[in-house]
Amino acid sequence: MSATTFDAAAAARAWRPPPLIETPWLRYAVYLGALAYALLAIGTIEVNWTRAAEGIERAGRFLSGFFPPDFTSKGDDILEGLLESLTMTVVSTAVGIALSIPVALGASRNLAPLPIYLFCRGIIAVSRTFQEIIIAIVFVAMVGFGPLAGTLTLAFATIGFMAKLIAEDIEDIQASQAEAVRATGGSWFQLLAWGILPQVRPRIIGLSAYRLDINFRESAVLGLVGAGGIGDTLNTSFDRYEFDTAAAVLLVIIAIVLFCEYSSGWIRRKVQ
Amino acid sequence: MAILARPDGTPDWRRRTPRADLLVWGGWFAGVALCVYCFSFISDRTIWPFVWDAPRQGGDLIARMFPPRWSYASQLWKPLWDTINIATIGTALAVLIGVPLAFLAAHNTTPSRLFVRPVVLFIIVASRSINSLIWALILVIILGPGMLAGIMAIALRSVGFIAKLLYEAIEEIDTTQVEAVTATGASRPQVLGWAIVPQIMPAFAGLTVFRWDINIREATVLGLVGAGGIGMQMQASINVLAWPQVTTIFVLILGTVVVSEWLSARVRHAVI
Amino acid sequence: MLLKIEGLTKRYPTGDLALDNVDLLIPAGQVMALIGPSGAGKSTLIRCVNRLVEPTTGRVMLDGEDLTALGSGALRRARRRMGMIFQEYALVERLTVMENVLSGRLGYVGFWSSWFRRFPRKDIEEAFRLLDRVGLAHMADKRADALSGGQRQRVGIVRALMQDPKLLLVDEPTASLDPKTSRQIMRLIVELCTERGLAAIINIHDVALAQQFAKRIVGLRAGRIVFDGPAEELQTQALTDIYGEEDWSQTIRKAEDEEDVAEEVA
Repeated sequence: MSATTFDAAAAARAWRPPPLIETPWLRYAVYLGALAYALLAIGTIEVNWTRAAEGIERAGRFLSGFFPPDFTSKGDDILEGLLESLTMTVVSTAVGIALSIPVALGASRNLAPLPIYLFCRGIIAVSRTFQEIIIAIVFVAMVGFGPLAGTLTLAFATIGFMAKLIAEDIEDIQASQAEAVRATGGSWFQLLAWGILPQVRPRIIGLSAYRLDINFRESAVLGLVGAGGIGDTLNTSFDRYEFDTAAAVLLVIIAIVLFCEYSSGWIRRKVQ
Repeated sequence: MAILARPDGTPDWRRRTPRADLLVWGGWFAGVALCVYCFSFISDRTIWPFVWDAPRQGGDLIARMFPPRWSYASQLWKPLWDTINIATIGTALAVLIGVPLAFLAAHNTTPSRLFVRPVVLFIIVASRSINSLIWALILVIILGPGMLAGIMAIALRSVGFIAKLLYEAIEEIDTTQVEAVTATGASRPQVLGWAIVPQIMPAFAGLTVFRWDINIREATVLGLVGAGGIGMQMQASINVLAWPQVTTIFVLILGTVVVSEWLSARVRHAVI
Repeated sequence: MLLKIEGLTKRYPTGDLALDNVDLLIPAGQVMALIGPSGAGKSTLIRCVNRLVEPTTGRVMLDGEDLTALGSGALRRARRRMGMIFQEYALVERLTVMENVLSGRLGYVGFWSSWFRRFPRKDIEEAFRLLDRVGLAHMADKRADALSGGQRQRVGIVRALMQDPKLLLVDEPTASLDPKTSRQIMRLIVELCTERGLAAIINIHDVALAQQFAKRIVGLRAGRIVFDGPAEELQTQALTDIYGEEDWSQTIRKAEDEEDVAEEVA
């Protein structure tokens, strides 16, 4: 404890509440920058108020579509779209995961030599950069309209997503466990099966469940560009101003997402 | 893991009991059968001659896409700036709405577990299960085409994302810190501000920039349904089959996404 | 009597009976150690006093005021008179030392002034005086998670004292500290109680420390008080009552020995 007497009053006068950003010039630069950006950005929004006013009436009609939603008059279309979405989800998730595992192995710096590493990281980067819709446009142009284009899109997006996260997990594994397998004289494949797979398996299962959930949600929009699924039904009903059918489709999507979310949460709890 | 007895009484080791073995194989078989069935469903809706033609179509497409029409880029800066603004303003709005929702949803801060929490959880799920493109589709009908619909679409989709991840962070906080601040005689709002907010700040900052990064990607395609941004130019170019322009747009999107991903990774690194 | 506990019972929703009809009197300025095996209800007892845990039945009177009957606003005002010190320090780790200390004044200031960290000048002066008293004034602007265990616990003590309490509720203050720091922290708590005339209930599982620093010891076993008396009277029989059969001969003398060792090391 200090030998000289401590001047609490002086210290209290000097004390200031700690600011969010330590360096003063950076703090003011950030504040000013944020303010300038906000003014500029909000300036770019053009609002057509007369159009928006008309919209209120349409919003009312859209909302009234929910009371009650119409599941029956376009029931066949909804069912067809839903089955397409579900089948696209299942196939694309299965194919995507199967393909993502070799890519993930190649994208792990502790397993793959540099050229393979760069190649696999390249695949991941391309798959993650472009929105599913853009990829779907390209696939529709190549294989024609229909659920196959959507399935290919989702499988491609799944590869990027899964491979990146699994590769990160493989790079984080305990090297000692893999080393121990190598020390017994195991081959490269034995190393994978005994040293690495047991460590990353829970994460692969958890991510797969999560991706299944995402793929279903995405499958609901790919229809907008003709790549199949329930989005097609939704788009058509909007085009025809059949808001009660649109409401029914939206409710079906929400219900399935809810179901997926609870079951994927349940699976993830099970494996951890 | 199972230790069994051989007929002569000596112990035998197998990975699973025969029953568990059967279940695992049965599970795999059912999974594969489901995939095959789903694939046949998709296959029925696919015109296979188109698909066999895909390599030629793809080659053709690529040939038409190159070289990109760089001069078109000069018309793209404004839409690109709009795209960034849609993502940023949309994220900001989502934060404004999502943060209070998160506090209402977290079971340790909600005012009522019986009434408020389930309602808020439903809002969060509804927001998350509807893709921003579908939100945009709905909002373009209501508000008319333009940036405003895009901003609202991004905001409505991101509210659920931000609220969900934030309320999970709130539920994971260290309760002893909350207890300590409560014991000083602090009011509930003070406990929130002094014990909970400091603990969730890093998670909050991280998930906000993460969502912003995702939103940049999503904002690039909102124009396909008329909700502003660079997607409008993409739609127009695809409609007139101006593929060299589409390539230019793709390159710009790629650049923007790479920069935003780098930026968000930097920020997340700095706060955690 | 400063604190009067009558027939205090706490049954958790799981059915566990943590406290079983506890009666306890604590006069102003008395430092009391509460000992007992893990799960005996020590921690529940002090949390029932400031109602971080709601008692099932029974009354807790502070200065003649029945705490168990208070509404939330009055409870907050009552909590200002009871400072609490925690086992794992329970500092808000991402706030600075000074902010943690000032959080002891939260019960006295409004929400917005606390949000913008606007505290009365005399609170800040008092905070610096107390920090200087525990030797941490130079650390005021460090973040709490940058401190060592002993330093954090001192900040925790200062935070409790900032409330200007009459009673300190101390929950296992030394459980996460090494033997030497433990003694320093216990000595500091007892010294501060004497200086300011505070009463204290100190939960502690280290019997030797309890005997060394507290005049009065209360032993709790399975939610009941099985010993209540001066520290010297805590002998083999009493320890067996509290903890069960064991060879206690080494425990009772150990305190002074360890103290000597600690002194020599220092």
